[in-house]
Amino acid sequence: MDIVAIQLLNAVQYGLLLFLVASGLTLIFGIMGIINLAHGSFYMLGAYMAFSLASLTGSLAVAMVLGVVLSVVLGLFLEWALFSHLYKRDHLEQVLLTYGLILIFEELRSLIVGNDVHGVTVPALFGGSVALGDTMTYPVYRLVMSAVCLAIAAGLYVLIQRTRLGMTIRAGASNREMVGVLGVNVNLVFRIVFALGVALAAFAGMLAAPVSSVYPGMGQQVLIICFVVVVIGGIGSVWGALVASLLIGLVDTFGKVLVPEYAGVAVYLLMAAILLWRPEGLFRRG
Amino acid sequence: MAEPILSATGLTRRFGGLAACDGVAIALARGQLHALVGPNGAGKSTLINLLSGDLKPSAGSIGYKGTDIARLTPDRRARLGIGRSYQKTNIFPAFSVLENARLAAQSRDPRPLAVFADASRDPHSRARALRGLELAGLAASVERIAGALSHGEQRQLEIAMVLATEPEVLLLDEPLAGMGADESARMVALLERLTSTHAILLVEHDMDAVFALADVITVMVNGQVLESGAPAQIRASVEVQRAYLGHDDA
Amino acid sequence: MLRSLVLPLGALALVALFPMSGATFYVELTTKIMIMAIFALSLDLLVGWTGLVSFGHAAYFGVGAYTLALLTPKAAAAGLWTSLALAIGIAALCALVVGVFVLRTRGIYFIMVTLAFAQMFYFVFHDTKVGGGSDGRYVNVKPDASIAGFTPFDLDKPVHVFYVVLVVLVLVFVFLQLLLRSPFGRALQGIRANEQRMRALGFPVTRYKLAAFTIAGALAGLAGYLLAAQTGFVNPELVSWHQSGDVLLMVILGGAGTPYGPIVGAFALTLLHELFSTFTRHWQLWLGIAIVLIVLFMPGGLAHVVRRVRRGLFGGGGDG
Repeated sequence: MDIVAIQLLNAVQYGLLLFLVASGLTLIFGIMGIINLAHGSFYMLGAYMAFSLASLTGSLAVAMVLGVVLSVVLGLFLEWALFSHLYKRDHLEQVLLTYGLILIFEELRSLIVGNDVHGVTVPALFGGSVALGDTMTYPVYRLVMSAVCLAIAAGLYVLIQRTRLGMTIRAGASNREMVGVLGVNVNLVFRIVFALGVALAAFAGMLAAPVSSVYPGMGQQVLIICFVVVVIGGIGSVWGALVASLLIGLVDTFGKVLVPEYAGVAVYLLMAAILLWRPEGLFRRG
Repeated sequence: MAEPILSATGLTRRFGGLAACDGVAIALARGQLHALVGPNGAGKSTLINLLSGDLKPSAGSIGYKGTDIARLTPDRRARLGIGRSYQKTNIFPAFSVLENARLAAQSRDPRPLAVFADASRDPHSRARALRGLELAGLAASVERIAGALSHGEQRQLEIAMVLATEPEVLLLDEPLAGMGADESARMVALLERLTSTHAILLVEHDMDAVFALADVITVMVNGQVLESGAPAQIRASVEVQRAYLGHDDA
Repeated sequence: MLRSLVLPLGALALVALFPMSGATFYVELTTKIMIMAIFALSLDLLVGWTGLVSFGHAAYFGVGAYTLALLTPKAAAAGLWTSLALAIGIAALCALVVGVFVLRTRGIYFIMVTLAFAQMFYFVFHDTKVGGGSDGRYVNVKPDASIAGFTPFDLDKPVHVFYVVLVVLVLVFVFLQLLLRSPFGRALQGIRANEQRMRALGFPVTRYKLAAFTIAGALAGLAGYLLAAQTGFVNPELVSWHQSGDVLLMVILGGAGTPYGPIVGAFALTLLHELFSTFTRHWQLWLGIAIVLIVLFMPGGLAHVVRRVRRGLFGGGGDG
């Protein structure tokens, strides 16, 4: 029974982390209509930033704060320089341009930090394990991860449902031009949303670094799973992203335990099943 | 009155809490032009979409030649002989006028396995296309690119495409929209000719055309049928005047 | 019409005479480019002509390649004609099955689910015993092309492989051009231009899309088979999303929806790759920058540029 409890905790932790990344993707697509293949790269950049800055400053916490600031700046810059030109373009061109971005990010990382796999040590405050029942223990850091992700999820909810910015975001999602006509600075809202999405993904990478280590392919891997999250949860629906992420967390974690050889396929089979039943996703907006 | 070919009863479509179309009954018969009028937001577009299959009903049934087609997809209904034109011109702007109509005609004789045939030379689809284009008054423009046509000509092409599919029922959504006086007159004359051989549902705001063409008029307000009957009856109806004819619609 | 054939026929003649120069490395490189051109042509049927942006086309490419690898015994050759038929058939079947699922979606969802399904294939080849893992498999002996005792060509000779691939490329090109002007092809183009209207006119749009998806998958399988036959090696990277992205890039770079675009794109991308990698190990950076710049400033792709140049040089009409 304890094993099930541990796997359950792992599933939730993985699902919540996935949610952080996927929520950014679904927000950016739902509100701005842009598909960004490079979204996974932000996750990867976040992890590598955590590693480099932690090595420099000696503290993961400081690294995370710096990293978030840097990612927001990066997000604002990218939106201004590139993505603001993509709103009117069709999906094919967005796919192509963001594919080019992936190549750029991968090579820049390769140039600046190299291609090695790195570990990041868990901060001493959260090191160690906590007892679960009689025989099992569970790492404190993983519990902290889940708690942080939940807090951010709650924060997102408050932001979107209860603030003026959130209201503007929701309005902009359903009718961009109307909101612009009403005098709201739509461009600014988009820039903020984009930067938020980037920061979420990067922060997720930083948070995950001590647990999943820092390696070159992590961006691509998370991106594809994020796509599955968005397909299952429905584009533009943050709530859908949460449900879908947890579902995937469960399927993936228990898949690895029950059918290790086919675990990689399990998530896609789930997606295929959802496609048969609800092709627009579980919580399609509008 | 002839036997109805397409009839709907209790047709309802809800969007959340709003019933855009509420318990509507309507019948179309061959040789008859049935006009559908009403103020903006009355549910006319919703009704046409329900009949053509672009929207699925929340409740109600649609009978076509004895079968209930309410669950059928738009392409199935089109193949059964229900043709529809759109209020917002819905053509293939990059193709030539002839190709627009020819592609429409091809739907009747799709021949998907004829891999080595040159479709643009197919005599059957070309003949049907040219017939449709001639009826719509576009015979002289066949080589022009559809996107380069004037608005009025594009509306004509819109009709030509439906005619090229040789349907039995015509669901026409504001065919006169945005047309000048000459073009409107031509379109009205065309509709008159078509009535004897088709069952036509005409959604229109141009009341002159409506009263000139219609055999039956149905007035919709707020998703429901306010009144339905011969033009003289509608003209005389106090309720209709109060609800609709009193207002000036562009 | 004849004038518009001058350039392509001239190019074809040049390519056909190329092996006479004797440089084996370049013969093999050009063979590889031509195989990628077939792959790109198959994707263009979806992207350029039907308007379906598939980001998972490498799945069928890989299936074609792996089929040959799996059918080839450890120390003997597989029969070419039977193994080729099987490779194309299995690739088509995979595309058909995946198509049933992915065609329930549109637009952005479609892009994402095609990518996701290709990842599923990747996992099957990478993680399970079927594929032989991340190391891949070898085609130890090239397929044997003999029919009833007569052997028309020997795939151990690079020049033979070159001409076989060239012939296949021409055949695939001609087939697709014929298909495009057929009723089926016209319907596909109508679907790309205005899907809703096609439905309203009475076309069973999803069935047409599924047919296109299957044909495209079959042709991708053909390309994959040829690659496995040429290189003698298959690995999961053939099914990776980098491969799907590369071929999509070729199509767009060359100009989606134009007859020669995918072929031009295959040559251009491979040459760009070769060019950049002679200068630096980090050639992907320059490729990425090139892509970003091209999308921002040259949305029609190379074919668009070529058309403009042509018009400037030769004046007036004549679409490539």
